[in-house]
Amino acid sequence: MRGIQLQLSQTQKLRLHKALEQLESLSSKVNSDASVTIADSIPVNHEDGVLKGHGTADLDGEVVATLCGVVERVNKLVYVRALRSRYKPEVGDIVIGRVVEVAQKRWRLDINYSQNAYLMLSAMNMPDGVQRRRTALDELNMRCIFEEADVICAEVRGFQHDGLHLQARSKKYGKLSTGQLITVTPYLVKRQKQHFHHLEDYGIDLILGCNGFIWVGEHVEARDDMIEDQVNQSDPQVLSLEEQEKNYTSLETRKYICRAANAVRVLSTLGFIITLEIIKGVIDLSLSANIDIHDMLGSEFCVLVAEKEAERRSSNKKRR
Amino acid sequence: MEYVSPEGLRLDGRRPMEMRQIRAEIGAVSKADGSAVFEMGNTKVIAAVYGPREVQNRSQQLSDKALVRCEYNMANFSTGDRMRKPKGDRRSTEISLVIRQTLEECILTHLMPRSQIDIYVQVLQADGGTRSACINAATLALADAGIPMRDLVTSCSAGYLNSTPLLDLNYVEDSAGGPDVTVGILPKLDKVTLLQMDSKLPIDILENVIQLATEGCKAIANYIREILLENTKELEYRRGS
Repeated sequence: MRGIQLQLSQTQKLRLHKALEQLESLSSKVNSDASVTIADSIPVNHEDGVLKGHGTADLDGEVVATLCGVVERVNKLVYVRALRSRYKPEVGDIVIGRVVEVAQKRWRLDINYSQNAYLMLSAMNMPDGVQRRRTALDELNMRCIFEEADVICAEVRGFQHDGLHLQARSKKYGKLSTGQLITVTPYLVKRQKQHFHHLEDYGIDLILGCNGFIWVGEHVEARDDMIEDQVNQSDPQVLSLEEQEKNYTSLETRKYICRAANAVRVLSTLGFIITLEIIKGVIDLSLSANIDIHDMLGSEFCVLVAEKEAERRSSNKKRR
Repeated sequence: MEYVSPEGLRLDGRRPMEMRQIRAEIGAVSKADGSAVFEMGNTKVIAAVYGPREVQNRSQQLSDKALVRCEYNMANFSTGDRMRKPKGDRRSTEISLVIRQTLEECILTHLMPRSQIDIYVQVLQADGGTRSACINAATLALADAGIPMRDLVTSCSAGYLNSTPLLDLNYVEDSAGGPDVTVGILPKLDKVTLLQMDSKLPIDILENVIQLATEGCKAIANYIREILLENTKELEYRRGS
């Protein structure tokens, strides 16, 4: 059993236990015996024909799990959905990665997959927004676009012969700055229609990468300020006072960034699913309970979040 | 020396076919992809798994399967006499190799080509049977990391002292110099993946001793399975939909 490594007082322990028990009772009605461990046989009806999916293997005509997880059935297909594991890319996923290396015509990114992913120079929009063939000069200037250790947002393009490729053919993708990167296990992030979020109340951006990398940063307007840069490029060294003002992130925003980041951290330690609504809920809870940013990682807030989540799920259940 | 008293009790008060108390815990290392602590009586081992991840040394990359690496280490404070052991001495290199080979056999490495899996096991307290404890801890850690495996490998040791087969030797019994058989099995497939013996044993008795160790392995497998299932259920209900 994965224990929560926090110093809890006796009452906090009891409250947390009660909240978790409530969560257990809420989910147990849906699927009680769907969880399997390695080498458990999965009961199937062989007469209907079975398609064995991920996480299953054949052993003497029996379907056997090769992972710890939850059995999912879609018509004939039987597969095991793994919980804690590395990210498994799917085409079209929005991911956040960190540049490991600048190589020939490409960047190599760490995206929490079993291999590094490639972002080709030709698979991304140029900063000046002009569509043209990439020249040798562009290749030499690759470090001006992304350097090692930069955090980048991109989309999964698919597998090519040499590995996983990404693309960033839109203004919304690209380098991320003025914010925090939080890494969680990928099963906590659900694939949804929208992964880019703008929290207007706090003036921050939230990107939930499918690979479990979550970005919380200052809000950037449509990310097409690059064209503006082009105009000012005549004297790039000399920044006017106004511009410096513009680049400065206000204390208020910084605080909200930290608050949102800590909300994600709390959810990740508790192992709760991470979506926009839940993160917003946690931020509001911390604000209404008047909890300092650094106290959000403490045991008291952790218990509060667990209780709140139990409440939320049970009310959702009743509504249905 | 008398290892089994006339009443049929061993030095630590166990019966000959009794195992020490086992305890396992998943998720001991927060930054690792998978981790576990495994205890057998006073033997305590921590295992951490990193990967599958990009191969660090390009020349070792395998294009059709994953590279499995294992590092066994014994903490200085794990034994009674505190000794500074040089890293990579013969004993630890051998055990690393044994653990790696046993686990590589059951990991479905062909599903993760061009990647590498690192397994680090560290002995925190040594009281005999570290080899088996390390394998059990590593299995749990691999399962926690979500790495596909054919079966759970479990391991247990057995010995033969005072003409009695003994299950799960502790340090004193281990250092008696008698035979010490370490067995590793795949419980579902009912196959042996590891068999090691120190010293000598008559062939007809060996069979009994192996049988005893296999029974021990099965008991451990049941326990590990329970722990894993409980962990999986907990992760699932906590996540919610």
